[in-house]
Amino acid sequence: MISGNGNRVLVADDNAVDRKLLAKIVGSAGFEVVEAVDGNDAVDKFYSDKPDLVLLDALMPGRDGFSVAREIKAHDTDEFVPIIFLTSLTEASDLARCVEAGGDDFLSKPYNQVVLKAKLQAMQRMRETNQTVQLQRDEIARHHMQLVADQEAAKAVFDNVAHTRNLETPYIKYLLSPLAMFNGDVLLAAQNPANSVYVLLGDFTGHGLAAAIGTMPLADVFYSMTAKGFTLSQIVKECNRKLGSVLPPGYFCCATALMLDFNRSTVEVWNGGLPSAYLRKASSSDIRLLASNHLPLGISSGDKFDDTTLVYEVELGDRLFLATDGVIESRNAAGEYFGSDTLEDIISQGEPYDLFDRVQNAVNSFVNFDGRDDDLTMVEITVVTPDQVQAAEVVGDVEALGGPRDWKFSYELGPKSLKDFNPLPLLQQVLMGAPYLRTKATAIYAVLAELYSNALEHGVLGLRSEMKSSAEGFAAYYAARVSALENVEGFVRFDFQGELMDEDVHLRIRVTDSGNGFDFEKFVARAKDAVDTVGGYHGRGIRLLWDLCETVNYMTPGNQIEVTMHWNVNDE
Amino acid sequence: MSIKSQLDDNLQKLIIAIDGRFDFSAHKDFRDAYEDLEEKPHSYRIDMSEAQYIDSSALGMLLLLRDHAGGDSADVEIVNCNADVKKILTISNFDQLFTIA
Repeated sequence: MISGNGNRVLVADDNAVDRKLLAKIVGSAGFEVVEAVDGNDAVDKFYSDKPDLVLLDALMPGRDGFSVAREIKAHDTDEFVPIIFLTSLTEASDLARCVEAGGDDFLSKPYNQVVLKAKLQAMQRMRETNQTVQLQRDEIARHHMQLVADQEAAKAVFDNVAHTRNLETPYIKYLLSPLAMFNGDVLLAAQNPANSVYVLLGDFTGHGLAAAIGTMPLADVFYSMTAKGFTLSQIVKECNRKLGSVLPPGYFCCATALMLDFNRSTVEVWNGGLPSAYLRKASSSDIRLLASNHLPLGISSGDKFDDTTLVYEVELGDRLFLATDGVIESRNAAGEYFGSDTLEDIISQGEPYDLFDRVQNAVNSFVNFDGRDDDLTMVEITVVTPDQVQAAEVVGDVEALGGPRDWKFSYELGPKSLKDFNPLPLLQQVLMGAPYLRTKATAIYAVLAELYSNALEHGVLGLRSEMKSSAEGFAAYYAARVSALENVEGFVRFDFQGELMDEDVHLRIRVTDSGNGFDFEKFVARAKDAVDTVGGYHGRGIRLLWDLCETVNYMTPGNQIEVTMHWNVNDE
Repeated sequence: MSIKSQLDDNLQKLIIAIDGRFDFSAHKDFRDAYEDLEEKPHSYRIDMSEAQYIDSSALGMLLLLRDHAGGDSADVEIVNCNADVKKILTISNFDQLFTIA
């Protein structure tokens, strides 16, 4: 009937006759018996013999059964050792005392053999059930520990890939809780080689791990392409392609991506599926909505994807505000939504400087309970002067004097390439093959970007920068650029020459375009006069070149420009 | 939330009616509504007149239906959307993928 472990019974009774009788019954039922002659002996035997079941006389000299039961029950934290009280007491209140002290059952004297054996069996079954529960509990605990460990590991990988360190700058304020990250919200920021700031706010479909997993490829593409100097259009296009290939059907990512060029004072925006972002002017309560006009990332197949971006002019102190739908879909106790109208009012009313805090406070007091921030994700970027943007890290600490020491190369783009190809990442990569150029990577990229956009927009396409002298003209300029590129004719050619002499670096860049040239003498004279005046919509480009280059020269008729840069490798 | 589906009189169009909140809890019911039909219908109509709300996982389900119905050649219309539902479909620019009436 009883076999293996779990059949040792402690019989504690100070009455030798009763004890012997009981021991005999229990023994004949197949149990191994340990006898204790009083309360103290029972406690000692409990510890030394580790019984699986205890039969305990309630009234014993010295230490009574109630006290013994309390000690045993206090001790058996994990193992369940049933206690059956043996008692000649019959009052209900006495029996209740037995249970209160920790007894699981009681048996009245004189003993009835059949009842006793039945109770022993019942207790044995209880013990087995308890053991099963313990095992399952332990297994659940093990699984849980494993899960927590897995999540921590996943979070560590996640944090490394989708890190937020680029968000820790004075001109970015953001809110992104770890919980929100695991709910599929993602916020990425990075700088390109010219120190333009790229930000991507995304919201993956669904919740939990399935939603979070897409963040990894997205962050990967975003960071690596931004660092190499790709355009916003190229980056969102690749993000879309990548997510389309890795996400299961039905999963996608609503996202807003933007690029802030502090040198040109422009913001370029692409919004696919997120609520409108806002551009709040510094000087007035005007706001501009940057509405979603594309499908979310990961839905359209490659060639159908629309990578068209919108470009707006910005001024110092302007603020860009982006949020996932968590903000406008916040609900109060009455079930009402916070709503985009309320958000718009908060952003346009009041001063720009505490806009972010105002929105956060308004949502919190609207929802009116703590911990609500857990699934709010929002970010604000302030337009600052270029020198307030800390330079991107110089990658790699290589031998500065290695690499090619005297070299030149030419690179020419024909009309089909001009239409939609961006040569800058490629050129930058070739140039950075000369390690001594790397400390000036930012300046070189900025110069390249300026030279190329001038050659393409003013030279090949014939667009006039005067167009940009008003906010309306600014928008018209970028619209004209897009349509002119559709049927572009002509070429842009780069000629590079580099030399490392002792520790002096010389870099010469000449850019020639197929345009008709322009009255550069007048342009240069006017730009020189404007150097000390603040603001102004054009002439910023040439001033940037003057700042970064040693010489800047146009050649007649104005479709060719040559700049030189020169520094010592030991310069800061 | 409940989902009812029926074929129209000439068995060409499957009409799926959504009632209540259209979110992840509807996942299985919604899929069951169009999968395993003996004959694939030519077109689909999602009737949102009783749908109060949709979330992004519902948008994902609509994309799955669109794939099932032939992807870019699918004929799927979403009708009778209330203002909230329409807004969510509009923000996501789903009018590029579905006929929204």
